[in-house]
Amino acid sequence: MKFSLSVILTMLGGIGVSLWAYTPWWGFVPVAFLLALIIHQVPAKAFASGFLGMLLAWGGLSWWIDWQNTSLLSKQVAFLFPLQGSSAALILLTGILGGILGGVAALAGSYLRVIKSKSE
Amino acid sequence: MRILPFFCSAAITIGLVVVLDRPLGKVPPLGSFFSPQYGFWQNAEPVNQDFGGALSLQGLQGPVQVYFDDRLVPHVFADNDQDLYFVQGYLHARFRLFQIDLQTRAAAGRASELAGSKAINFDREQRRLGMVYAAENALKEIEANPQFRSLFDAYTAGVNSYIDQLTDAALPIEYKLLQCKPEKWSNLKTALLLKMMSKMLSAGTENDLANTNAKSVFMPDELQQLYPQVPDSLLPIVPKGTIFPKPAIIPIKPTDADSLYFNNKSTVTAQTLDRPDPGNGSNNWVVAGSKTQSGYPILANDPHLELSLPSIWFEIQLKTPTHNSYGVSLPGSPFVVIGFNDSIAWGVTNSQRDVKDYYEIKFKDETRSTYWFNGEWVPAKMRIEEIKIKDSLSVFDTVAYTVFGPVQFDNRFSNAAAADRNLAVRWAAHDPSNEGLTFYKLNKAHNYTEYEEAIQTFTCPGQNFIFASRAGDIAIWQQGRFPARWDGQGLYVMPGQDSSYLWQGYIPQQENPHAINPERGYLQSANQRAADGTYPYFIPGSYITARGVRIDNKLAAMSGITPQKMMELHADYFNITAEDIRPVLLANIDEGQLNVKEREFLEIFRNWDFLATPDSKGQTIFQSFWDTVQVSIWKDEISRTSPLATWPTEQTTIEWLLRDTVYRYADDINTPQVETLAMTVTTSFKKAASFLQLKEAEGKLTWSRFMNPSLYHLLKDALPAFARKGLSVGGYGNIVNAIKHSHGPSWRMIVHLVDGIEAYGVFPGGQSGNPGSRFYDNNLSVWEKGEYNRCWYMRENDRSSEQVKWVLQFNKS
Repeated sequence: MKFSLSVILTMLGGIGVSLWAYTPWWGFVPVAFLLALIIHQVPAKAFASGFLGMLLAWGGLSWWIDWQNTSLLSKQVAFLFPLQGSSAALILLTGILGGILGGVAALAGSYLRVIKSKSE
Repeated sequence: MRILPFFCSAAITIGLVVVLDRPLGKVPPLGSFFSPQYGFWQNAEPVNQDFGGALSLQGLQGPVQVYFDDRLVPHVFADNDQDLYFVQGYLHARFRLFQIDLQTRAAAGRASELAGSKAINFDREQRRLGMVYAAENALKEIEANPQFRSLFDAYTAGVNSYIDQLTDAALPIEYKLLQCKPEKWSNLKTALLLKMMSKMLSAGTENDLANTNAKSVFMPDELQQLYPQVPDSLLPIVPKGTIFPKPAIIPIKPTDADSLYFNNKSTVTAQTLDRPDPGNGSNNWVVAGSKTQSGYPILANDPHLELSLPSIWFEIQLKTPTHNSYGVSLPGSPFVVIGFNDSIAWGVTNSQRDVKDYYEIKFKDETRSTYWFNGEWVPAKMRIEEIKIKDSLSVFDTVAYTVFGPVQFDNRFSNAAAADRNLAVRWAAHDPSNEGLTFYKLNKAHNYTEYEEAIQTFTCPGQNFIFASRAGDIAIWQQGRFPARWDGQGLYVMPGQDSSYLWQGYIPQQENPHAINPERGYLQSANQRAADGTYPYFIPGSYITARGVRIDNKLAAMSGITPQKMMELHADYFNITAEDIRPVLLANIDEGQLNVKEREFLEIFRNWDFLATPDSKGQTIFQSFWDTVQVSIWKDEISRTSPLATWPTEQTTIEWLLRDTVYRYADDINTPQVETLAMTVTTSFKKAASFLQLKEAEGKLTWSRFMNPSLYHLLKDALPAFARKGLSVGGYGNIVNAIKHSHGPSWRMIVHLVDGIEAYGVFPGGQSGNPGSRFYDNNLSVWEKGEYNRCWYMRENDRSSEQVKWVLQFNKS
């Protein structure tokens, strides 16, 4: 329950931040960090939910954009990386990048939460 | 103890953000680049993008409507000229920002700001050629007229109003990849863009340095043979038989010309790094009502330039209550450059005239601050050029400016290891001029008189302006400010120590080659020499003869002409050069020396129909064979100097081979034996055949596989993913359908001057410079198939037409 909630909120937070023009590209990082503070999970689960949430956010957003664009650009940009022109790989890579950052941010948040609760 | 994991994970998080926020060598910051909010995903334009809307912008005087059709061609309806060009600037920025930025930075010798230190020599060369100097001089001329200046100001304001509202997320993808930002536009940049065209079309139409080296090894009679001024088979732009008036200027050859100039045997080691493509040329022609089915004239033009993505052209319609023109514009400049309005049509080809000469300067000392001129030491104007380099310290270059122009090559900038001669460049593009005014006036011209008046302000590069009017007139003028030369002046580096070798004047406007309403009912230009030997001026240039002959022959034979027949001529793959030379080549092959495979190639060549179609093997065989023959004949001779002397033109070689089969140049001077033509031709064929065999094994024997017609993105090899390769087209530079590897008809236009104007146009590419847009290359397949788009020439009552896909309303804020 907590896990799913965490994933969904991370995902929504990631999407929300991306659609709001005034944050830098890493604006979702503090959001993932804060969510892990609020929703207490063991560090491994925190990382997993942060990773998954952001994978869905960035992966989802890029998939949506790519769909509207009928993959015109992604096929070309995929050749700039060793991805053999695969749009799917590019979307996955986008999701993974967001996911890793979301994961470590949530991880840090969960450790801080642990410290706080220990010190209470 | 939990503190440690927290700090580690926090440090990793922050560390990752920092790393992904920085460029890693050439790779852009991956964090922002992959971000769906900021990165390349933002450039993935939805295929159902709505280009309409309403904008309130400062700088407009009133409302402007832009109607986009389904090819994203904007039809701009404004109430006055300033608003018209303001919106044109906005649209050029909206769709081609990176292009106009990159092109003007390159023109100004600022490529190093984007590309780093590998572009330093390129940039130094642009500064030393005086590109910015030329643009500054043009700008003074443009800004001298307040009314005209306001048009440039409006264009600049329009470009900037787009740039000003650009967010990081909306930056074109190239900026994200290169990690830089666009610069604000200025009138100087527009002037630079126009000078970029001058450079493309007139910085490579002379061979002074290579010719000087040729002069050092060949005798005067040999020079005449190798580099004749007037080819035998020339079909000039001005119909043969035209009587030319007596020349108003008769330039006087300096008394010491024979010793100091013609018989001077010293060489030059300087070479230009970045020479414009010698194929930068074009075709245009016009047929009068007497030859058309409708009785109205038809005009056709296809400029041959580098085929890039995005295209050098941007299709547009510009309309106010007083004028309404349609055609292609050059992003970076206002106006329609090639096109038509409701009364006339016009087009351009390159004149190929030599308007750039080199003068040898004698400096007093290492500082180069004084030089010897007319019997005394005079000060040079020293101009310090700062070349900024991406991620590095600036490099400085001091260029000496003399009475002739900038000293392009000296001890600080030369390609030889040893110090070489100091060469100043005198280039017509440096002179104050206002080419933009010509296009502005042509956009508004109604008839022949206004066209003739409009072209007078066009000084450089020389262009053949072709013309047709609804009233029935057809005309062509070779327009430019051309120096009046004494015979031989400007072929070689000239002494620069006194004024006797300066240009003594310009050919008066009325004496520029031209023709109006000839009886034969057609006119054409295809980069050939404008007139035959009866023209009373010396007019050296880098002419191409073959296409003009073919076009002239075809037009002469046609009657009842329709636009469709003109399209067929644009698509003509006939290789007239091959037709001329094949008999000689076949007659000189010793078949006894050929093996089975070679005979096979020979049979194909023998039976070939001279058409350079995409699937032709005969064209591939011919071209490889003929190139090898030419190299075999000339390489030994022109290698007698280093750098090489000028290659004789293909036309010259053909004409000699046709008239003299005991051709002494067939001999390879580096071998003890004396080769005959037959020996050289046979050896060349065998050599070509072995090369062709390899190609055949790779599946590249057919012409389009061999030539691999491709369009490259502006950043070329840096972004191969944005290129389009392997097009199924044929042709060659000396064929009417002049497609080479990545060069050729950048715009094909046919204008039939009937009521309402029936016009067709196509360019390989699309209106948008964004590789993520469906309008990046949507016209490519049309062009590839030899087809055309119908130009929608909108009128007032077309505003509510179904053909309007999007409306962009501009209001003054």
